Amino acid sequence: MKPRLMPAALAASLLAWVPAQGETVAPSDVEIVDLAVEASLTGAAGDAEKGRAWFLDRKLGNCLACHMNSDMADQPFHGEVGTPLDGVGDRWSAAELRAILVNSKEVFGPDTIMPAFYRDSGFHRVAEEFEGKTILTAEQVEDVIAYLLTLKE
Amino acid sequence: MRGTVAILGASALAIAGFAGFGIADEEAELVVEGETLVSRVAAPEWHPLDQLMSGWVFRSDETQALQLDDFENPGFAAITLAEEVWETAAGTSGKSCADCHGDAGEAMKGLRAQMPKWSETAGEPWTLEDWINWSRTEHQGAEAWKWESDEMLAMTAFIGLQSRGMPVNVQIDGPMEEWWERGKELYYTRVGQLDLACYHCHEGNYGNMIRADHLSQGQVNGFPVYRLKWGKLGSIHRRFKGCMENIRAVPYKRGSDEFTALELYVASRGMGLSVETPSVRN
Ligand code: HEC
Ligand code: HEC
Ligand code: HEC
Repeated sequence: MKPRLMPAALAASLLAWVPAQGETVAPSDVEIVDLAVEASLTGAAGDAEKGRAWFLDRKLGNCLACHMNSDMADQPFHGEVGTPLDGVGDRWSAAELRAILVNSKEVFGPDTIMPAFYRDSGFHRVAEEFEGKTILTAEQVEDVIAYLLTLKE
Repeated sequence: MRGTVAILGASALAIAGFAGFGIADEEAELVVEGETLVSRVAAPEWHPLDQLMSGWVFRSDETQALQLDDFENPGFAAITLAEEVWETAAGTSGKSCADCHGDAGEAMKGLRAQMPKWSETAGEPWTLEDWINWSRTEHQGAEAWKWESDEMLAMTAFIGLQSRGMPVNVQIDGPMEEWWERGKELYYTRVGQLDLACYHCHEGNYGNMIRADHLSQGQVNGFPVYRLKWGKLGSIHRRFKGCMENIRAVPYKRGSDEFTALELYVASRGMGLSVETPSVRN
């Protein structure tokens, strides 16, 4: 993995729990405490530009299916199922966004329509191709978080 | 016969989507060949929703228009095919459907509205496909048709057409109750990697855009539907399968007990809506 620069504030707030570089936290080991996951799932900060691509990709985040996002105004068809994500970087911290992405049910309650993007078990009748897999990889989750943090009003 | 085409109500766009493309006028009335069909109706007491709406209501103006005139409706090519099949002798009986049943307009009227219907013979509910294949094999002495074959789609559309305008009215009590409960459970059970159930989209979010799709209540009163994306008619179970695959789930098989139970439950969620077969969707 290539080394990345972390914004100073974020780096400082992560220092305490950053696992050794390259050590990815397995989906079943992620602990959501107080609606937040403090440590990066990869031990590194994500890449916002890549995150933007995963957000858009219909086979990955496909976030636009449910969420309106003015930063992507050039894209047709923004969903109306979820909250518009404009300014979402002001509303939530990285740790909170991580919890929302890992398993939104832990944050929004058991009925939410938003999928859990970093969970690989506890599902029913999963298509073989996706059995035992998460929708996004740990690195992709971190990238999307980095992107969401750029959405400020 | 080419009937009158009319869209009553304001025809201006009711809502403008984010991207500004045409969402249908939600006040429009569904008038097909001069007959007003019920596309919105108050829900029965037990229903989680207050008002039931046909999928037609949620389609774009252009897609809606295709269903107003039988000459424009691409589903009618199959009706022509079925009319021929209805008159053609087949199987060991050497008889046609018409030889035994006479005029489909009389013999088959009202059937679609009651589907799936309890079969005393089998001791389980049968879909329209099941009834047709039973009669094909038992009475006509012919081979069963495949669920999604052109013949089956055409015949279910043709038989369905004989109930067009009649209110959906499926039996949900008596021996059907157990199946209805099973269908209800399936409707509310999360499946697939996206971990979603039918109700998340069709009960909690109808009227919302999910990317380019305007979510409907997922009603089955228009089936088989001519789907522009498919370029042909498709069965109820094909649609169920597609929705399950989209959430990365292993779908049940067409004709399975699970899909029959789900069809019964979903049909009951549309009680009072007119049968629209063959409807047009995108
Ligand atoms: C199937 C629909 C759906 C998809 C797909 C989806 N979400 Fe959501 N999301 C929701 C809903 C609905 C909410 C509002 C909470 C609730 O009602 O459960 C929400 C809430 C959120 C929130 C909190 C919003 C706020 O402003 O407070 C964030 C952040 C979020 N989603 C990010 C994402 C990202 C990033 C993706 C893609 C990786 C995504 N969502 C994919 C439906 C979805
Ligand atoms: C040899 C005579 C015969 C032929 C040929 C025949 N049927 Fe039937 N069909 C019957 C009989 C008898 C019944 C049972 C009627 C009853 O029990 O009420 C029946 C029942 C049905 C039913 C269920 C009707 C209901 O009210 O529940 C359907 C649907 C049906 N047939 C469709 C067809 C179709 C389509 C064809 C041609 C492909 C066909 N049948 C050919 C004799 C025939
Ligand atoms: C992720 C959202 C989603 C889920 C979950 C979902 N569907 Fe759908 N469904 C759609 C979309 C999008 C369409 C096409 C637009 C429309 O009619 O809603 C559709 C269409 C349908 C239609 C066709 C309606 C018509 O008028 O032609 C039926 C029936 C249907 N769904 C049933 C189901 C059933 C049963 C389930 C559960 C097994 C289910 N859906 C789960 C999104 C979903």
